[in-house]
Amino acid sequence: MYRYDEFDATFVRERVRQFRGQVERRLAGEITEDQFRPLRLQNGVYLQLHAYMLRVAIPYGTLSSRQLRKLGYIARRYDRGFGHFTTRQNIQYNWPQLDEIPAILDHLAEVEMHAIQTSGNCIRNVTADHYAGVAVDEIEDPRVYAEIIRQWSTLHPEFAFLPRKFKIAVTGAPTDRAAIRVHDIGLRMLKNESDEVGFEVWVGGGLGRTPVVGVPIRSFLPKQHLLSYLESILRVYNQLGRRDNLYKARIKILVTATGTEEFTRLVEEEWQSIKDSALTLPQEEIDRIQTYFAPPAYESLPDWQPEFEAARKANPEFGRWVQSNVKPHKVPGYAIVDVSLKPEGGAPGDASGDQMDIVADLADEYSFGEIRVTHHQNLVLANVRKQDLFALWQRLSASKMATANVGFITDMIACPGLDYCNLANARSIPVAQRISRHFSDPKRIADIGELRLNISGCINACGHHHVGHIGILGVDKQGEEFYQITLGGSSRDDASVGKIVGPSFSTEDVVGAIETIVDTYLDKRASSDERFIDTYRRIGIDPFKESLYGNSKARRPAAE
Amino acid sequence: MAILKHGALQPNEWQELSDDAPLPESGNIIVSLERWRRDEEVLRASNRPIGLRLQNNQSPLALADELDRMSLVVIEFPKFSDGRAFSQARLLRDRLGFKGEIRAVGNILRDQYLFMIRCGIDAVELPDGKPIDGYLDALNEFSVWYQPAADDRVTAMSLRHGKKKTTAGASTVVNDSVAAMWAY
Repeated sequence: MYRYDEFDATFVRERVRQFRGQVERRLAGEITEDQFRPLRLQNGVYLQLHAYMLRVAIPYGTLSSRQLRKLGYIARRYDRGFGHFTTRQNIQYNWPQLDEIPAILDHLAEVEMHAIQTSGNCIRNVTADHYAGVAVDEIEDPRVYAEIIRQWSTLHPEFAFLPRKFKIAVTGAPTDRAAIRVHDIGLRMLKNESDEVGFEVWVGGGLGRTPVVGVPIRSFLPKQHLLSYLESILRVYNQLGRRDNLYKARIKILVTATGTEEFTRLVEEEWQSIKDSALTLPQEEIDRIQTYFAPPAYESLPDWQPEFEAARKANPEFGRWVQSNVKPHKVPGYAIVDVSLKPEGGAPGDASGDQMDIVADLADEYSFGEIRVTHHQNLVLANVRKQDLFALWQRLSASKMATANVGFITDMIACPGLDYCNLANARSIPVAQRISRHFSDPKRIADIGELRLNISGCINACGHHHVGHIGILGVDKQGEEFYQITLGGSSRDDASVGKIVGPSFSTEDVVGAIETIVDTYLDKRASSDERFIDTYRRIGIDPFKESLYGNSKARRPAAE
Repeated sequence: MAILKHGALQPNEWQELSDDAPLPESGNIIVSLERWRRDEEVLRASNRPIGLRLQNNQSPLALADELDRMSLVVIEFPKFSDGRAFSQARLLRDRLGFKGEIRAVGNILRDQYLFMIRCGIDAVELPDGKPIDGYLDALNEFSVWYQPAADDRVTAMSLRHGKKKTTAGASTVVNDSVAAMWAY
């Protein structure tokens, strides 16, 4: 993985020193909270309902065991023993003291980490496929380019005060595991006719109040022009994006308003002027960063591991976990392991400091000391020998991190909700906890199969409810929490925005409504291989309306 | 109002002219783009330094053929969070090669000053009596640059691949004393 050189290390130290000065000025009353806000935000510090929240960047979701141990240490020393992994592959601490945050940043700098640009109206932490470097279908490791983008976007002097936040995702494989179509810019690596590798560029996707699936504006961008093309898009957006209305300020609104064709023309015109500027990526820089992401020293192993095969047959619980949480690896004899942070009754994405230590130890023992964070709020050990899977599973089970539910209904994405967030209208975590208890039978959730359920506590959609196969959105009705349900969303190659199924449900009724939706699917699916989303797309929303509201109510207008 | 330029406060030698104000007999004047377009002939002939004040939604690219007559372009930061003028400055410097003063007015935080300088803004307007130490300190907070901009700072990428660590060289933006102040 990427290691800081003298420049990176110096820079991060300088940034911490700068922020320490800003905090001192704030605590001394030299600057007001209003003046402090943009400064703290660009260092990942939010003011939440009860306390400050610190969001630490995990660039493209890759961590070393040393870094994860440090995150665990910070959770114990400066928080209440927990951290919350987010949909941007970052980690949040919900209870730090403001005057201690510079010290936390010092600890992070020790392990080559920071909290820069994890919030604010700037280019945010860049995300990538969490199976980067190990996926069977990968063209190139997207983290190389995510790292190049991370550096270019760090304290970019022109783009630190954009109309709104700006999120970039990169995938190196044809299968989109990075949700590129719902990002401000999505980059997908591909080969052209001459077998050169470049990027397909998507723009204008995003969730929030106005969910939009992005549009492709360039079918092939040669690698060396990556930064000049990004700079062109950002420059057009910085000048023309709306600033009069916070809710219409994302680039998706600009792209929709100008039209894809005109927006593309503006970008291409700008690009013509800067494509051969100092932004051109030298091959030696790509090579330099690529060496950091070189494959680890894999052993040469047979792919068929008799002991492993015997164990999964002999132990059905282990077999189920392999089925849902273990994915094929590009190297024979190895596997990718998803570490579930969605135990029954847990808060999705939460991990205790002790759990972080355990995963760090397991990474050292079984996976070349490297860990990934997924945008589904789980962890990944990406390089595990198949012969070690059983031992690893036992260790994970003992720490409640082996729930066999990755990709299933209880592998929910949920935002922190009204328990922490001052934007939220409703709580998310208690609903997620009740759903996970309701669907606690491992055989049943395996039978239901792939089903993405996402929960947001408000319309800002941090829980990505629009792109859940089932989405739950918390709304406030005269001071009471209600939950609106959408169906048919997806963030993958078949990206789509879910449709509202009907009037919202009370806190008491929402879990029952999910049960009804699942039952309807099980009843209507063509076979046990037909996924929820495929059944939904085949039969439409009406059968679900009928079972939820009855025939007469089904014709009520869907939107409230 | 005072002008912070080249590391020191300087008196403002420019007079801002509203669109309907009569042309004073002499002195440097700043006019809006609208007035420039309306009175271009008179202004061009008036044999005095002319400055232009751009609104945030006026692209400098429309000025390509007129900038030769300008000694100053004023750009606006109506709120600290409105960053459009950063792009205007880069277009003026990088694209159009404007060599005159680019002056930022409005809500100018010390914590944005480095970004402004990097984008080619070389003067900022500050309220009278505002201490400037913080602004000058802000220029020394970093020594590593991750992207090329309108200044001469050498990027980490160039240094990694053998370019000399120096800020010397022909600068379109700064004079030598300021460059020295930015040195590593």
